[in-house]
Amino acid sequence: MLRLLITRLLSTAVVVLGVVCLVFLLIHLVPGDPVDVMLGENAQMADRQALREALGLNQPIGNQLLTYIGNLFKGDLGQSLHSRTPVSSMLLERIPATVELALVSLLVACLIAFPLGIIAALNRGKAWDKTAMGVSLLGVSVPNFLLGPVLILLFSISLGWLPVSGKDGLASMVLPAITLGTALAAVLSRMVRSTLLEVLHEDYIRTARAKGLSHIRVVIFHALPNAMLPIITLLGLQLGVLLGGAVITETVFSWPGIGKLTIDAIMKRDYPVVQACVLLISITYVVVNVFTDIVYGWIDPRVRLGDRS
Amino acid sequence: MRQYGLAVWIIIVWVTISILGPFLATESHTIQLQVILNGPDMHNWFGYDDLGRSVFHRLLAGSLTSCIVAFTVIAISVTFGTILGTISAYLGGVVDLIVVRLIDIFLAFPGILLAIALAGILGPGIDNVVIALSVVGWVGFARLARAQTLSLKHREHVVAARALGTRKRIIILRHLIPLISAPLLIEATFGIAAVIIAEAGLSFLGLGVQAPDASWGSMIRDGARYMLVAPHLVIIPGAALMIVVLSVNLLGDRLRDRLDVKTDNMEQD
Repeated sequence: MLRLLITRLLSTAVVVLGVVCLVFLLIHLVPGDPVDVMLGENAQMADRQALREALGLNQPIGNQLLTYIGNLFKGDLGQSLHSRTPVSSMLLERIPATVELALVSLLVACLIAFPLGIIAALNRGKAWDKTAMGVSLLGVSVPNFLLGPVLILLFSISLGWLPVSGKDGLASMVLPAITLGTALAAVLSRMVRSTLLEVLHEDYIRTARAKGLSHIRVVIFHALPNAMLPIITLLGLQLGVLLGGAVITETVFSWPGIGKLTIDAIMKRDYPVVQACVLLISITYVVVNVFTDIVYGWIDPRVRLGDRS
Repeated sequence: MRQYGLAVWIIIVWVTISILGPFLATESHTIQLQVILNGPDMHNWFGYDDLGRSVFHRLLAGSLTSCIVAFTVIAISVTFGTILGTISAYLGGVVDLIVVRLIDIFLAFPGILLAIALAGILGPGIDNVVIALSVVGWVGFARLARAQTLSLKHREHVVAARALGTRKRIIILRHLIPLISAPLLIEATFGIAAVIIAEAGLSFLGLGVQAPDASWGSMIRDGARYMLVAPHLVIIPGAALMIVVLSVNLLGDRLRDRLDVKTDNMEQD
């Protein structure tokens, strides 16, 4: 177990370092001189020099990277070029909204995906299976920047049931959560189906059936718990769909989270904020995945034993 | 079976109108003030947008955008990803270690986040969209090619070729790549659907093609502002996007069944 823990943590550290370097390099991809792009063509020489120094762009690139990493360790993500506030406090302000939205979307996704996947698996090859998987394929094919406006059109404008956008109470969360949740549900239901199908071939399912347990009982108490482990790991990976999709969904609904902040910062050419947002989202994703990986190894001895050989 | 046939036909129509787009969509920039925001009617089934431009013609022009971006990005990604993945797996050792770490690092950026950041930083424009999506796109192919090569490189025919003194380059090109082309083709099909959505997504965010050029994503973005009075501006490009993506995904599913690739392997990747 300890061995698994150490190797996972070490490889994660390498990945995180790589991500930091890549995010650091982003600012050097700005075509031309980033200072010109940020200040405009008519800026005074002194202003340019000041900004260049503030961003550390006059230093050799190696030093810049070291300073960047050093500052990250201190929790210093730089300063917004626009509002002049520290980026870290901007992020902290926005994190709760995104976490809230992500959790509710996850719930929505599970509520759709599990029934759909179970129905499909139990009726493999039949009309129910095809319908459920058709719905799932439809879900993958409808991007959230289309589903969002359509839902707004339907429920906010035509029916007037829910607010169009913004964050104001529970009602405002319904549409963004459905938009974000369905994308995940589409992928998740396929996973539930295939994992469940694998498990249903196992001996203990036959035993349970032979005991005369009801069909529903076998699925819920014998098949599903065993299918849960791989599903949870895959769910960790699919968190990427959620976090990536959040950027667009938050923009559609003007949801005041990290995703909206990212896009706003891109529009304002506020590069330190863009870098910090991308860094935060990716590192969250990496950490969650390592966490599920380790928990998985801890719960399922087959994983850690397999790792040793 | 029939539904898959329809999917293929839709894709053929999409590619054809994209190629013919420049000749068909002659009025995609023509502004007619008297028909601003007019909905669909008998004479023009798709109506007009907020500047009085024909939605039909803009749809055709947008089709070309998605087609160009999708095929360019996939061509770049497949080529680069496959070469890197097979070489890395075949050579092993330090090269493989570095490539695996590189793949891991790129996979740490969820969804199209990195593409959004890149497109945002490089500045808007279709060429930057292609660059941003290719930078993200190669990773999946590299991983798949690597995994497939690892399982193939100890096969008898590869060992035999090596024993005969065949050069590494020839072994990779003649003995490995043909065998891994089926799963790569399937991945590429799903990749096209993903790139179509990603391009539309970037354009929706304003990071893709710039006005007055049309993209389905930017049409949805512009249309969303007039949803109250002209919902067709969102629904029509949205439906077009959905139908094409759905068809490509259906084709991918069909190819997967037809080529009989082990589904388990695909899903673990």
